[in-house]
Formats: sequence, structure tokens, C-alpha cells
Amino acid sequence: MMDVGRHPNIELLTYSDVIGVSGYVGQFKAQIRKRPRYVDMTLCTGCGECVDACVYRKGVPNEFDAGLSKRRAAYIPLNGQGVPMKAVIDKDTCVWLSRGKCLKDCVKACPTGAINFDQKEEIVELNVGSIVVATGFEMFDPKRLSAYAYGKSPDILDGLQFERMSSATGPTKGQILTADGKKPERVAIIHCVGSRDEHANRYCSRVCCMYALKHAHLVRDKTGAEVFEFYMDIRAFGKDYEEFYQRVQEEGVYFVRGRGAEVVVLNDGKLQVKAEDTTLGIPVQISVDMVVLETAMEPQRDSDKVASLFSISRSASGFFQEAHPKLRPFHTNTEGVFLAGTCQAPKDVPDTVAHAGAAASEVLSMLSRGEVVISPTTALVDEKLCSGCKTCIALCPYTALSYLAHNGTGVVQVNEALCKGCGTCAAACPAGAITARHFTDQQIVAELEGLFKPSAMAKELASI
Amino acid sequence: MPKLKLGLYWAASCGGCEIAIVELREKILDLDAAAEILFWPVAMDYKYHDVEAMPDQHIDVCLFNGAIRNSENEHVAHLLRKKSKVFVAFGSCAHTGGIPGLANMYSRQSIFERAYFDEPSVINVDKVLPQTSYAMPEGQVNIPRMYNTVKTLAQIEDVDYFVPGCPPQPPQIWNVVEAILSGKLPPKGSVVGANDKTVCDECKHTRQEKRIKKFYRPHEIIPDSNACLFDQGILCAGPATRGGCGALCTKVDLPCRGCYGAPPHVVDQGAALLSAAASVADASTEEEAARIIGEIVDPVGTFYRFGLPASLLHRTRIEPR
Amino acid sequence: MSENHFEPRIVGFLCNWCTYTAADTAGVNRMKMPPNVDIIRVMCSGRIDPEFVLKAFALGADGVIVSGCHPPGDCHYSNGNFKTFRRMPLLETVLAQYGIEKERFHWGWISGAEANKWTQLVHDFTEQVRTLGPLDWQHELASKED
Repeated sequence: MMDVGRHPNIELLTYSDVIGVSGYVGQFKAQIRKRPRYVDMTLCTGCGECVDACVYRKGVPNEFDAGLSKRRAAYIPLNGQGVPMKAVIDKDTCVWLSRGKCLKDCVKACPTGAINFDQKEEIVELNVGSIVVATGFEMFDPKRLSAYAYGKSPDILDGLQFERMSSATGPTKGQILTADGKKPERVAIIHCVGSRDEHANRYCSRVCCMYALKHAHLVRDKTGAEVFEFYMDIRAFGKDYEEFYQRVQEEGVYFVRGRGAEVVVLNDGKLQVKAEDTTLGIPVQISVDMVVLETAMEPQRDSDKVASLFSISRSASGFFQEAHPKLRPFHTNTEGVFLAGTCQAPKDVPDTVAHAGAAASEVLSMLSRGEVVISPTTALVDEKLCSGCKTCIALCPYTALSYLAHNGTGVVQVNEALCKGCGTCAAACPAGAITARHFTDQQIVAELEGLFKPSAMAKELASI
Repeated sequence: MPKLKLGLYWAASCGGCEIAIVELREKILDLDAAAEILFWPVAMDYKYHDVEAMPDQHIDVCLFNGAIRNSENEHVAHLLRKKSKVFVAFGSCAHTGGIPGLANMYSRQSIFERAYFDEPSVINVDKVLPQTSYAMPEGQVNIPRMYNTVKTLAQIEDVDYFVPGCPPQPPQIWNVVEAILSGKLPPKGSVVGANDKTVCDECKHTRQEKRIKKFYRPHEIIPDSNACLFDQGILCAGPATRGGCGALCTKVDLPCRGCYGAPPHVVDQGAALLSAAASVADASTEEEAARIIGEIVDPVGTFYRFGLPASLLHRTRIEPR
Repeated sequence: MSENHFEPRIVGFLCNWCTYTAADTAGVNRMKMPPNVDIIRVMCSGRIDPEFVLKAFALGADGVIVSGCHPPGDCHYSNGNFKTFRRMPLLETVLAQYGIEKERFHWGWISGAEANKWTQLVHDFTEQVRTLGPLDWQHELASKED
């Protein structure tokens, strides 16, 4: 990420939203709203004095630590390691911005006078030739499955929270501890929370088996606790993955083949996991100090709006739809818009790097060619037949049709770069003025006539 | 220069095409100067046997109007074709079937029963139906046989040109006459006296992009005089109809009925109109679409008003008795 | 072949991205279905002009299928299928007025992943049309000539 921040050819716009996209491949116009940070990026040095000075000492859940720690209204993202390493003031939390009553110690503390509460949002427009959508994923909220009792005990964590706890930059500096500050003696890791589930997501989230094994390994390594891993299948499909699974087994992790069905919080705060051990064919009940729920990877909540923004579709699962699941996994059906990473489907780091690299190379090859290859199956309006009745215009999903007025009447024209060749205008045109190239009326009727033309063979068979 | 030998005939028609010729008004004198009419049942006293006596291709141009409804229509069509150099399907009925073509939604039997049994003003105690042949003391009386299916002229005979319209508009008739006189006719099989673009091109109404929430029959709405009638939900056939008539109907805020027939290259006018009308229904769910479309009364009669015999299916199915 | 055993001729207009893909998958996986449906591929069910359906019946089809992607979100071209569900009910009514039974015309949605739904439809619709008997439009017209 630091390389991205430094690269002379990359303009990094953080804390910004794409609010509008128009145009077409080679000639997109994107409107970006830069949200006000209330910090002047040219003056801020990332020293963090404003953070220490911020009066909101109570803090709000820190997004980066998955809610396991707190941050103040003024903060440097990613626990001080964000790129760019500049402060930002959260307008919903900041006492001055939300209530108008604050001594503004942050302003006084800032050595460069970078804090500016008058900053407004800025709209910029960018002309771009292609777009790569890399908007990532969200984690399934385990509260949606009440059987897991998420939220009823501070020792029931989801996988991301466990990652943060285990991280040296996290709330416990990498130690794995229960809420009372002690090392756990028994930890349960439950697979497929929200995945492979008719009541949540039917799909498999692909990555969780491997990181669940990693979590088991970390627990064994850091605490020596007993680890019970509740799984349906172990999906260790990648390079060296199976070997890692073997290793974790050898480290003494107990694998219970049965979906973790219920987590019960007992009166004394201890946790009990219930499941069926399908290899033994008996129900089991195990008391533990900590439960880690390995949750599904889901599309972002606003993926419908983002899809609409870039004129791309979504699969049934809600992830953005690739042009072809096998042959074009990083293209979309919109020319010039590509997909990178988990916004298209759950995947781990090596796969994401490959996917994103492919999208980038596609963009590079477009840039180096300087021209775009489009499908030939576009629509064509015969201006000698078109009377400009405008029946077709509202039907085009890509706004490829436009009316050209002329002498009190007019004709309709097709923008071939926008036209995707669906042919709906050709089917609707009451004057027969639109040809759907390569799927013309004549071609389709010829197919029909061919079907019903009695063949010599059919005649012979009929006479038998 | 010898006068053009002209023949005119009416098959299953209303007589409006005859009136359209008369509507040439003073130009009829020019027509009379240039042409010699050899056969015109409505206006002149020539008989079939006069035609039968002519040498083949004696008539230079025959303007045949009316659909083929019965055996007499067909017989005379074949006769006149034989006796004419240029055989023209004149008017909607000959071109696409016209209003008589709507009888293709019924059968001969059902029409007879309606006319001779069920008509409120008919008293037919003995349930008598017309016969093609009837023996009387004076001799055998024969009348033409009515067909089950109305046909266009081209469906039973080789036609050289088509002049569309119900009726063809007099200025267009004059254009055709002039083209014939000057010898500058387009390739055989062409539609003459009409434009290649649809009625919309000539229509005075202003068109917008179409999103129809409700379809109206003409009597259900007083339309805005400036806005496109189709945009207002009226099923105007203009978008799917050949122009050249001057958009006379829409000029007085009545929807085009489609009498000039399908635009060039459109094989089935009704299908084109149905596709256009349905496509612009402003519905984003199946239920909404079904509701809006469900309000269209008698789609076949509406979309195929002038062209049912010329359509792909030609007629509705006659159920076995 | 027994004379009493009528083999319906059915034309299926399938959209490339969804139903055609399902039919292709069914074929690749050797899923069993009767051979009575001849497929004409179009890029989108929105391409299907009612004229094609009428032409199919006029040429001799006993049944016609139109199938595309599930609305509202599956259409490869965003909302081509919206035009389909606007046109097909009206076409259905026109066909009924022509005397072509509703049961001879099936329009609906089958996604690229629903190969089994395709085979089921082919099976069920073939039997449905077989029960109705041949339509044989040209013969019908000719036999009512006089």
C-alpha cells in the first residue's frame, strides 16, 4: 500500500466515494465526492498529536480492530499505519462537529495548524478509459444466527476479531486472552458460520477452512490450549494447503466432524459448544473458554448501488458478476469495467493477487493498444426507414439510442460503443428500421424455414 | 399518342376506391384525356363477356380493388390478369385484405348463421341459408360460392404493383397514373403511391420517449392535440404503417388505423405493432405488465385491422364442428 | 413408427446467456430429454420479435417455447427480459384469438445453472403438446379451403 501511496502515476483518493459514472469504454467520466476530513492533507504530518488531544476519550469501536478496541473522533486510520498516514476527524463522533460544543484541543495540539473544521466536500470529475472495481467484501454478522450466541459473551469472537487479537498491532499486542485477561485453556473453532447454510448463504466462502486451521495453529502455539475444530469438510485445495492441514493435525488439534450447532453461555460465563460428531454418530457437548466463529464472506451491503453505478450485474449470491465464470473471471459484461478480488467472489490472498493482476494486465493491454475491440453484434438504424417514432429509445439499457431531430421530424441513431447487441430495439421497432447485426430477422426466419423444410432424408423416412 | 387502356374492377370492397378515383376531381378530365376505360362496372356498362372477348394483355393497366371473398372475385381476378399487361392491387382490400379481411376471424358458416339466423331483424323460420346452386321451375340458379377465408389479390394471382390505402389518397393516385403514363415505374412487385417511412414521419404530433401506464380506446380519452397519440396510450398504428397518406387521421387527432399496410421489410404488421405497444408498457414486474397489457381489447382486431389476410397466420382457426 | 404416435415439433427461442447455456449444459452432461425441441439461439429474450413465434407456428410448429433469464436481476443486458414479459402476455392473447391454445406456447425463465429445469420443461412441454395433437397450420388452412 505504501508503494501505491508513493507511485507518481497513481493518484490516491481516500475517504472518497464514486457518485456517478457516465460514458463508455475509453471515455468514462467518473464523479468523485471527496468527503471532508477536516484535516488539511498538505499540512498534516501524521504526528498523532491531535489523536492524543481529542476530548472524546470514551472512544467508539475501532473498525480496524473489529470492535475489540476503541478509537477517538480524531484518528489515524489502520491504527496509525494508514496510507496516507494522515489524521481524519469522524464527523459523527466529533463533539464539535456533532454538537458544536468543544474546546477543540486538537486544533491547539496540531503543530502545523492542519485542522480545518470549515472543510467542505469536494466533487472532482475524472476522465478515465477503464475502471477496475475492487470493493472487497464484508463479514457475515453472526448475530443473524442466534444459535451461536454472538454478542452474549465477550469470549465469542468472529474470525476477524481473532485475527486482530492475534496481531502484534492489535488490542492485546498479539496475545490470545479471554476477556478476563487470562490465556484460554480450551478454544472451540466453528467453521461455516453463515456459509453453506440455507438460512444464510448457500455458498462456501472458500477461505475460512484455511484460516481456521491457522487460528488453531496460533492458539496451540501461543497458549497451548486444547483446540476443538468443528467442521463439515476441510477445504484445503491450494498449494501446500493439505500439508498445512496435516501439520495442524499433528499439532494435536481435535477435529470434530460435525457442524457446530449451538453455543450456550452458561451462568458462570463459561461457554458450551454443542454439535453432532458424525464420525462417531453421537451428539457432543464441549465446554470451552473461547469460541471463534469463522464467518462467511459476503458482498458489501451497498453492492446493489455500486453495481448500478458501474452498470454491472450481480450474481445470485450478490457478488459482482463476472463476464464468464471460467473464461473471463475478471471482466464484467460492461466493456471497460473489470473486477479485482473478493468483490467478485470469496477468495484468498494468492487468488486475489492473481485476479487483480489479470484485471490490471487487461487494462494495460487496452492502454497500449489505444483502441477498443467491441462486439460486432450491434444494432443499426436504417435512416431511410426510421421515422423517429422514439419507440426504441427508452428500451435500451445502455442509453445507446439517441434521437436526431431534422426538419420537423428526425431519426434515431445507435452509439456502437455503448450498444451491447441485445437486440431488443430491433424486436420493438415497428417500422422494421433496426437491424440486429448477426441476429437479423432474415437470419432467424431462415433458421425457422430451414427447420421446417422437409429434408430428403425425412421424406425417405416418412415413406417407410 | 394512343390512349392508355384502363380497366377498373371491384371485388369484396365498399366502393370507396371508386370514389377515390372520382375524388381526383378536375384531374379526372386529365385522366379521361389520357386513358380509355374499357371496363369499370360501377360506372360503365361493360360486361364480363366484353372482357372475355378481348385479346390477352389488351388492357394496359387494370386497377383491381377489393379482397377475394368469393369465387366470382377470384374468377374475375384471373380473367383480368390474363387480359392485362399491368395488374395493380388497388387499395387496402386488394393489398392486404382490408376490412373484409376481418371476416377471417370467423368462418363462412358462422357468418351465415349470424346474418341469416341470429340477426335480430331477420325472420328465417325455415332456417334457409344461401346455396350456390338452386333448382327452380324456371331453371338452375347459380351464385358465386363464398369462401371461408378472405384472401389478398396477390395470394391468388400474380400482381405487378400495389397501391395501398383505404382508400388510396387522390394525390397518390395521380402520382401512380403519372408514373404509368411516363413509363417510369419501379421494379415489379413494388408498393407505389406511398412512402418508405412510416406515418410518424408525416405526423404533426410531437413524440416523446414512450412509457405507457395505460392504454386507451379512442372513445375513452380526449387526446392532447400536440402530443403524440401513442405516447398518450392510444393504440395508433402510425409507427407500424407505411406513410404517404399525409397522416390525415392523426391530423384530426384520430389514431392511424394502419390502412396503408406494413412498412417495407415488415413481414407482419400486426406483430410489429403488438411488439411496439407492449415494449413501451411502463412495467417493471410481470404482474404490472400483465395488468397494463390485459386492458387492450381485441388485439387481433386492433393490430390486424387492415391486414389479417396478409398476416403470417392469415386467419383464425376454424374449429371442427 | 406408429401412425397414432404423434411427435410434436417444438421450436425453442432461447437466450444465449441463460436458457441456451442451461440447454448446452444439459447436453454436455448427457441429461436425457425427448428430441422434439429445436433450438434457435438469440442473444437476449428481448430480441424475440412476436413475428418469430407467429412464423414458427405458420411454418408448422406444434408448440413454441420462449425462455430467458429470470427477472429482475439476471438478464445479461440488464432488463431485456422486461421487454419479454411485456410482449409475451399480449402475444399469448393474440395466439389465443387465432385459435392457438395457450398450452402450445410456453414462455418463462431458466437460468444458466438450471439445466435440470430445462430438461424437465422439454419433457413436460413435449407431452403437453402431444396431448393437444398436431397444429399443422398450413394443413389446417388448406383443409378449410373450398
